[in-house]
Amino acid sequence: MSDFFAMGGYAAYVWPSYALFFIVLLIDAVAPLRQRNRILRELQRRVTRQRARKTS
Amino acid sequence: MNPIVLWFHKLGSPPYFYRFAGRCLPWLYASAILFAIIGLYGGLVVAPADYQQGDSFRIMYVHVPCAWMGLFAYAFMAANGFVALVWRIKLSETLAMASAPIGAAFTFITLVTGSLWGQPTWGTWWTWDARLTSELVLLFLYFGVIGLYYSIEDRRQAARAAAFLALVGVVNLPIVHYSVQWWNTLHQGTTVSLLGPSRIDPRMLWPLVLMALATHLYFFASVLARARVELIDLESGKRWVREMLSRQPGVEISDV
Repeated sequence: MSDFFAMGGYAAYVWPSYALFFIVLLIDAVAPLRQRNRILRELQRRVTRQRARKTS
Repeated sequence: MNPIVLWFHKLGSPPYFYRFAGRCLPWLYASAILFAIIGLYGGLVVAPADYQQGDSFRIMYVHVPCAWMGLFAYAFMAANGFVALVWRIKLSETLAMASAPIGAAFTFITLVTGSLWGQPTWGTWWTWDARLTSELVLLFLYFGVIGLYYSIEDRRQAARAAAFLALVGVVNLPIVHYSVQWWNTLHQGTTVSLLGPSRIDPRMLWPLVLMALATHLYFFASVLARARVELIDLESGKRWVREMLSRQPGVEISDV
């Protein structure tokens, strides 16, 4: 098992490559979810403003 | 009308696309993860070490699929940009702009993992040769498209301007691809070819094919997810968005 993690002496190059691959793609996957929440919050605020204007 | 043409017409309508993409997404994510797991197992465990590069060649299983995706995403963006400019289809504008950040992410991974691979094999992190430089230009083209898109207030005008820039940048794609043939570079030539035999051991090839499949599936998942969100924003005043949102828990915007 430790042989596997040693990567024939190239561990310092192989593992950071794989880590970067997953981190960058994870950020990419989460980005649309965050943006969706932002848009929904923005819409909700706009609607509450419009309602407040109507009732006043 | 031909049923396939009819389906494409329907797909161009944002509410239909939104529902269709929503149904595809879980399958795309799941199959991408499944193929990636098998591909990673094959690449990291099953494939034998390279006779020259030892285990450092395993960087290939993230580097090469990402490099292919950087080019693929650009071609996808440019094709949608072309449709957006000629036929003014809103969905094409959205798809073109959705693929830019994903392509940039893949190109960024390609450059950094290439650097991590270059240090042990060539003895340098970076060199200004044709392949590396044209790949860096690709990243800057993505930045240009994204930057132009966000610097214009009107979303649809912004998308068309950025699509035009994307089309001009297509000239860089053959330069990236053929750079290893046209110039003497430190970067190795093509080993895997769609047409004709690949010069790689089959035990090393199949994990690469699976990783390529996984990154393609992930790309389409991410494009659809981003396009869906962008469409909610673009069409926030429309009835279908209001109706869809009113069915969401915790959102109260039904009576507008």
